[in-house]
Amino acid sequence: MSRESALVNADWVEQHLDDPSIVLIEVDEDTTAYNKGHIRGAIKLDWTTDLQDQVRRDFVNKAQFEALLSDRGVANDQTVVLYGGNNNWFAAYAYWYFKLYGHQDVKLLDGGRKKWELDSRELTDELPTREKTSYTAQEQDGSIRAFRDEVVAAIGAQNLVDVRSPDEYAGRLLAPAHLPQEQAQRAGHIPTAANVPWSKAANDDGTFKSDDELREIYTEAGVDWGKDTIAYCRIGERSSHTWFVLKELLGQDNVKNYDGSWTEYGSLVGVPVALGDEAGEA
Amino acid sequence: MCGATEGGLSLDGIDVKKEAIIQGQVTKDGEPVGSAYVRLLDRTGEFTAEVPTSATGHFRFFAGPGEWTLRTLAPKNEPVDSKVTAATGVVAEVAVAI
Repeated sequence: MSRESALVNADWVEQHLDDPSIVLIEVDEDTTAYNKGHIRGAIKLDWTTDLQDQVRRDFVNKAQFEALLSDRGVANDQTVVLYGGNNNWFAAYAYWYFKLYGHQDVKLLDGGRKKWELDSRELTDELPTREKTSYTAQEQDGSIRAFRDEVVAAIGAQNLVDVRSPDEYAGRLLAPAHLPQEQAQRAGHIPTAANVPWSKAANDDGTFKSDDELREIYTEAGVDWGKDTIAYCRIGERSSHTWFVLKELLGQDNVKNYDGSWTEYGSLVGVPVALGDEAGEA
Repeated sequence: MCGATEGGLSLDGIDVKKEAIIQGQVTKDGEPVGSAYVRLLDRTGEFTAEVPTSATGHFRFFAGPGEWTLRTLAPKNEPVDSKVTAATGVVAEVAVAI
């Protein structure tokens, strides 16, 4: 993957609004944002109801994902272009999710909804209609999803990248600062994890920094480009943003997203936890 | 807005005593700006969070005690920075004029 194949800009999207081979999908942390206005022709996926199992803490399974995309009118051979609010946090999460289930052609709109709004580009509240399809997903791609045991095994052995804010990393906050503070039983981070807040990869307007700038940021933070990498955050959405940067923009091999992230790790019994601004010992 | 407090957004169901809240309103020429983005930067200038303003220009963060900077972005405007101090159990109100 590369920047050219994984990322499109707003001009490109405007030029392809009527292209039937493209499906625009908005995925927002604020699941009501779409209803207040969206890019013309875009459909919505709700990460809380469409993409999460409603009983277990896990994703919808392959059959449910197939039923979802068939119902929304997404075909296997279409190019899926994702965008969303909050600097594409949840759009990047959906991107990773589409890759997990093997969708071939997925792209992210650089800057997402914010850049589109700051450019004063057109939004509509008109709902598109799409013909139902018969979507076939692949089995989950285990090469991009990390589970807790491999995260514990990666301490001191692989790159662990904690992409939360410095205060969450150090244990001074448990959740992003625009959300009520809640979730994991313990604060802190996984020992040896480098703290590279996801936001370092983005400009103020939500677009990604250049490849050279990105490579420098992670190198400076101690990421060893010769090792495999696991990214995590609180619930796996911001780390999808970093996974996207490392795997899809910079083309790094063997990058996984740990979607259990701190809400799981910080509630596990018996695992090591580091507090404060230092990475800690293995 | 039903249940609105001075900050414009309801605090119903939130234990204010435990939170260090920063909230306020973005205005331009006295009119609320509902299309702005407010970014919360920590004491080192590092990005911590971001919210879009409500239709009435309001925003809110659950921060920690200490010094913070709000950076407000809006269409056709240069970013505006505002300093604010947060403390647990206190709602810090910030009026941002762009």
